[in-house]
Amino acid sequence: MTPETEIPSVQSGAAQARPGKDAPPPPGALAGLPPPAAPVLPPVPAGIVEPLLSELSVPGHRGVRLPACDVPETDMRQALPAWAIRQEPAALPEMSEPEVIRHFTRLSTLNHHLDKGIYPLGSCTMKHNPKINDELAFLPGMAGAHPLAPVESIQGALEIVHRLEGMLAKITGFDAVTLMPAAGAQGEFTGMLLARAYYASIGETNRTKVLVPDSAHGTNPASVHAVGWSVVEIKSKEGHLDLAVLKAALGPDVAAVMVTQPSTLGMFEPQIQEAADLIHAAGAQLYLDGANFNALVGLVQPGKVFDLMHLNLHKTFSTPHGGGGPGAGPVAVKAHLEPFLPGPRVRRSGDVFDLEPTRKESVGRVHSFLGNFGVLVRAYCYIRSLGPDGLAEISREAILNANYLMRKLAGPYDLPFDRPCMHEFVLSGRNLRKHGVRTTDVAKRLLDFGVHAPTVYFPLIVEEAIMIEPTETETLRTLDLFADVMLRIAREAREEPGTVTGAPWTTPVSRLDEGRAARELKLTWKASAKT
Amino acid sequence: MSYVGRSEGERATMLAAVGAARFEDLLVDVPDVLRVHEPLDVPPAASELELRAEVGALAAKNDAAREVPSFLGGGLYDQYIPSALPRVALRSEFMTAYTPYQPEVAQGTLQVIFEFQSMIAELTGMDVANASLYDGASAVVEAGYLARNQTGRKGVVVAGALHPHYEQALGTFLGKEHVRHVAHAPTSGVVDPGSLKLDKDTACVVAQYPNFFGGLDDLQALADAAHAAGALFVVAADPIALAILMPPGMLGADVCVGEAQPLGAPVSLGGPVCGFFAGKKEFVRRFPGRIVGETVDGHGRRGFVLTLQTREQHIRREKATSNICTNQGLIALMNTIYLALLGKQGLVDVATLCFQKTHHAAALALAQGIRPAFDGPFVREVALRLPVPAAQAIRKARVHGVLLGVDGAVFAEETKDVLLVAATEKRTLQDIESWAKALAEAVK
Repeated sequence: MTPETEIPSVQSGAAQARPGKDAPPPPGALAGLPPPAAPVLPPVPAGIVEPLLSELSVPGHRGVRLPACDVPETDMRQALPAWAIRQEPAALPEMSEPEVIRHFTRLSTLNHHLDKGIYPLGSCTMKHNPKINDELAFLPGMAGAHPLAPVESIQGALEIVHRLEGMLAKITGFDAVTLMPAAGAQGEFTGMLLARAYYASIGETNRTKVLVPDSAHGTNPASVHAVGWSVVEIKSKEGHLDLAVLKAALGPDVAAVMVTQPSTLGMFEPQIQEAADLIHAAGAQLYLDGANFNALVGLVQPGKVFDLMHLNLHKTFSTPHGGGGPGAGPVAVKAHLEPFLPGPRVRRSGDVFDLEPTRKESVGRVHSFLGNFGVLVRAYCYIRSLGPDGLAEISREAILNANYLMRKLAGPYDLPFDRPCMHEFVLSGRNLRKHGVRTTDVAKRLLDFGVHAPTVYFPLIVEEAIMIEPTETETLRTLDLFADVMLRIAREAREEPGTVTGAPWTTPVSRLDEGRAARELKLTWKASAKT
Repeated sequence: MSYVGRSEGERATMLAAVGAARFEDLLVDVPDVLRVHEPLDVPPAASELELRAEVGALAAKNDAAREVPSFLGGGLYDQYIPSALPRVALRSEFMTAYTPYQPEVAQGTLQVIFEFQSMIAELTGMDVANASLYDGASAVVEAGYLARNQTGRKGVVVAGALHPHYEQALGTFLGKEHVRHVAHAPTSGVVDPGSLKLDKDTACVVAQYPNFFGGLDDLQALADAAHAAGALFVVAADPIALAILMPPGMLGADVCVGEAQPLGAPVSLGGPVCGFFAGKKEFVRRFPGRIVGETVDGHGRRGFVLTLQTREQHIRREKATSNICTNQGLIALMNTIYLALLGKQGLVDVATLCFQKTHHAAALALAQGIRPAFDGPFVREVALRLPVPAAQAIRKARVHGVLLGVDGAVFAEETKDVLLVAATEKRTLQDIESWAKALAEAVK
């Protein structure tokens, strides 16, 4: 069967064109009853799904209007040099408010999102985003605070930053925290800068290598490279750090070892203390990629073993992912690294907060201002809402959820590392290959059930990897429904593989041609309109 | 408060299903010595009502809670945010989605980014733009990396009054020893293009448009100087001012970056804001961060995907063009909705009002003998030379209920008597008159 005939034709209906016995379930089936037998047509006609703003624009339509100018006017052509004056207004859309609202509202309905259903992306910690936190971050006193205002004018904002630094230090077991890095990758970069500044201060500038396990996130080696250091990849053994390999790689030129704990395989590194002893004996820093801190909150304090770490507040501390950001990537350090933290830092004297002038030893500024403050307010609210017991519950229930799902799925899906996991686990889709089904097909088929796909093809060391992180906020009922869908897909892969390889069937668009996007490179609507 | 829905019975069922007698049995790999056995030393849990009171009290300590008229700028501006904007932007469908890894269920996010890219390209006069970066500073830094990769050179020359924080970030990321500052002329406030002294190690020249003091450096002359030396020309621009200013793409810029916050996002103590990054199409394979491209699905229907991902860290690892992973999706969404709501004429109106109101403020200052710090033109922000340190005047004026402006000491010790003033479309004639009175009192 050619790919063309596998795709349901909108005109003739999907039922005749689709292979296999089962009809595709409607989106959102997971949330309710079993999928009905009748096929469901894609909810949009063939052709354009939603027009672009440029296509909706009608000359003369106006959206928001502004007040008339109430001050005596200056002639712009006299005040500005001729070369600097724009000749033609930018070709922005011309639309009324209702047109704009409908456009973005319709677009929004094309997204899967956490408030609708499970979003089990491994390493991304897609947990519930409490709504009160968003509301408080947008209080006028918070959202309107200007970082270049006199400090008297922003005392409450500085206080919340100072309090959050203190709470994160307690939760992680480190001595000091900077909240300035805007994302995890910027946190990693900052961490490497801190290590470099520390070694410069003790005259060990020959340390320019960083050891990174083969299971690490891609940002780790990229961040090392960004500070001008070189990466040495160390091979893991059965998914864990191999102490013999680590020992052999350590030397007087090694600045740091970056470890993800639990690893990207969702397993705790059991010999982390022994590894730390080796690393410290060699004079290097032990860095924790805290992307997986959701497994450790209230369970393990990394400050007991590691020299520094970054946190992803948009993961562990529940701030909304916003379709790809903003995040926040605070860095927590032991005392020997504190003098080098980015500046300026918020300082407290009695009940007054101000900004300490950036210290001479500091690595400098990594953000335009003080970091992603709106994200920090949400994280503060989250920690205050949970308290000590609620925080400990995070890791406990996240680990229980992951283990429960892992046991349900092991068998039909290959489980490369068969031992209890932490907050996530990695399956392999390699046993489906004999049916012509790949992991990416499983991921696409999941979308038909109103479920987001897990992270796929990562970590790189597992063939056909499927990395699942349910998080603590998914209920038993949702886990069972998700497992049912996964098991159904494994059965489909054996019995009617075309149903899986042709998926998704019910999403707003079917599988997209990524190769064409890269070859033709239409990156703006101007480029789009040319063809 | 707990966000976990779990009964004791369910927990028991689940433990039994995984063959564990108790939760601790699952922690086979966690050495006991590493375990936390005490409750975390954080305050006890607050209910939603208590939290609202606590954070509300903190917010009330900030002047912004009282809507004190603000004349602060310095890269972040108090622009009007239309009511329709948060209503749409904060929908769960946008807020609680993540990076569009599965494009078939993320067309909303992807098309928004495509529209963002299109409108940023339009405003800047560049061919292409990316999906956004963390902030203005990160956008400038990434432009420096692009120039380095493109030219094989290391040096960055900062031409005149670039935002001091952007310049500090350049030093942090690219190495202070590689960043050279060429000062603005003391009378004009702009840099003399003949004074750049570029050499074979100059990867790029960076200028700001309008510059930190609100003035206009001669972009074309700077571009010509950069290009003659084989370097790229990078412009950090204010997107509101671009509604009325000649786009940098038509004045020789190779890369145009900037801070998109004024386009509908709150100031929020400087974050989350949103860096934009646009450039000529020949550099697109060296762009940092995410880029969305148009394609078709199996039915031939138009759709959007993340593209050119082989530049990125998750594939290229240490050979990636940048270590950047996330963009500022939510803020870029706000920017996109803002540009759609204001539209072609509305954005010109906003920029024109900012221009007019700031010029009126400057005129009222002049009437009391306070002159601009520089003799050149300015656009939507003006630098005034005060007879007293700006910090002192700002503190005095605050007591009279006015946020007077930004302290020039942020830029350098030598400009501590300079006050930066930005009057946006939100400031009424009455606000500006009150500001002028407060200024007169504050410099006494």
